[in-house]
Amino acid sequence: MSIAVALVTAVLFGTGSWLMMQRRLTRIIIGIGLLGHGANLLLVSSGGPSGDAPIISGDGVENYSDPLPQALALTAIVITFGVTALLLALGYRSWQITKDDVVEDDVEDRRVLRRSNQDGPESEVDLEDAVPVGPDEDGVNRVVGERGEGDGS
Amino acid sequence: MAPDISNFTSFLVPLPVILPLAGAALGILGSKFRSFQRVVSLVALVLGLAVSIALIVEVDDKGVVAQVAGGWTAPLGIAFVIDRLSAVMLVVSSVILLLVMIFAIGQADEERKQSSFHPLYLVLAAGVSASFLTADLFNLFVAFEMMLAASYVLITLGGRADQIRSGMSYVVISLIASTLFITVLALVYMATGTVNMADLALRFESLDPGVKAAFAIALLVVFGIKAGLFPLYFWLPDSYPTAPGPVTAVFSGLLTKVGVYAIIRTQTLLFDMPDWMGTVLLVVAATTMVFGVLGAIAQDDMKRILAFHIISQIGYMIFGLALFTVAGIAGAIYYVVHNIFAKTALFLVASLVDRRAGSSRLSEVGGLVRSAPIVALLFTVPALSLAGLPPFSGFIGKFSLVDAGLTGDVAWMVAISLVVGLLSMYSMAKIWSGVFWGEAEEKPAREPEPGERLGGPLWMIVPTVAIVVCSVALALWGGPVYEFMVRAAEDLMDPSMYRSIVAGGG
Repeated sequence: MSIAVALVTAVLFGTGSWLMMQRRLTRIIIGIGLLGHGANLLLVSSGGPSGDAPIISGDGVENYSDPLPQALALTAIVITFGVTALLLALGYRSWQITKDDVVEDDVEDRRVLRRSNQDGPESEVDLEDAVPVGPDEDGVNRVVGERGEGDGS
Repeated sequence: MAPDISNFTSFLVPLPVILPLAGAALGILGSKFRSFQRVVSLVALVLGLAVSIALIVEVDDKGVVAQVAGGWTAPLGIAFVIDRLSAVMLVVSSVILLLVMIFAIGQADEERKQSSFHPLYLVLAAGVSASFLTADLFNLFVAFEMMLAASYVLITLGGRADQIRSGMSYVVISLIASTLFITVLALVYMATGTVNMADLALRFESLDPGVKAAFAIALLVVFGIKAGLFPLYFWLPDSYPTAPGPVTAVFSGLLTKVGVYAIIRTQTLLFDMPDWMGTVLLVVAATTMVFGVLGAIAQDDMKRILAFHIISQIGYMIFGLALFTVAGIAGAIYYVVHNIFAKTALFLVASLVDRRAGSSRLSEVGGLVRSAPIVALLFTVPALSLAGLPPFSGFIGKFSLVDAGLTGDVAWMVAISLVVGLLSMYSMAKIWSGVFWGEAEEKPAREPEPGERLGGPLWMIVPTVAIVVCSVALALWGGPVYEFMVRAAEDLMDPSMYRSIVAGGG
């Protein structure tokens, strides 16, 4: 693997992982895209150093590059593409419904948590870094954590 | 050239994948005609079940049957291989897929509203079968993607706000697992130059033990996310319960078990399980069991209690594998089969309760034992089985695991598993007293369906009964079934036959 490819893979993995840890859905989707590219690039480069196109033309088979990882990477790219498209559609639907693209916490978990808060004073759980965002359709106050959100806008 | 009759069964091997895919294609073409879609789906699933049964008979006779695509010899060709473990998983999943499809048709909810339900369900079926059959690590990735892509759409099929929210985290977490899988595949290919599993097993032998250990852990993490192992289970109880009823049943019955299957397959075939791996798996199994069941106790929604139970039960399967003895693995496989039937039945019952009472929340439902006694009975049998009471299949599964654990000198693990069994009993009793006894304390979110004598439409009750009967049969014929599992486990402990057939050109 050449230094350049290794470096690009590392950058893709790094930025992808960072974006994935955000709370904004669009960033997560872009992060997944970058991470997928990093993985596919790694897959392509796993065939070893580059060589001639793997088409047998009669003069030995020493200088060909390994075609198998390329085939694997093509398959993986198609899959990543399809799933990313689905994810974008889901993200759009989510935005249509909530008018927001913050990923929410497990609603039911919050319910159980709040119930245990009512049960006794000992079981207090730190809810400081969570803010209520109004009642949802069950009439339950939903709470969404907003920690570490470097919202650029 | 006349086909060689002795090789005839090897032509059957890819059929459990091809049949549902063909059915899905037909279903898309006929998406305007609901009854056409139903016939196609049922025919594809019935044929798939017939082929699986033919295969399990043949495999129990021969040991391993393989089919290498395109006539290339392995490891160049892409192989589909079936051994006893794959065969039993295939038969069980075919039974479940067929019965849940009948349930979905009987319920006529999402199935009637969405013309894409049938094709998606069949693609999911093909993906599940392909995961059990493939002998190629990259194809396992493709099979997983096939299954997951269908599941992404099925889980959000209604397009409701809560489905989108929980579906989103399901999709994102699955995608991270898939990306990790591709990364591991790339690294494995760099280290060995192959992705054929039997070939990999041979080439891993000459690999540095440290590198090998890294691959073992990486694959455990990848499949652990799908299987819902501690600490990677957090997405599961959030996402499963919001899907349409039959979809949740299939997901909880099959998808996590595909992950468990992949863990068993890769750890036994590729890595020979060094001692430290056994310890790692034991700790993971114990924590998965304990956290799963504690989560279940805290919930007050029937579906969520059951979803947390999936996690807790996965712990038992990993416990059996971690012992890495024939008895342990046989117990684990028996447990997987028992759990698929019991869990699917319970989720189908949850969906019946949801329909009948307008809610699955314990505080909003009550007194169903009087108004729907058949549903109550259908809950009792798999619930007691899940808790591990004799004479049900869960008892045989837990007994064989406990026995194997005591022989394997891990008394602490046995103790934890028994305590967790007790807590499972407690949470099942909680569902029982909340849903079937007493009165509803609050008004349910939706209007309950009008009362039917059976407690639900006939074609929702019949498949549920059938799955419960399968679960009971698993206990009645516990002896022969367990002996089959022992033979399957012996194959796994000595994978030379699998390796020679796959690597030697089938």
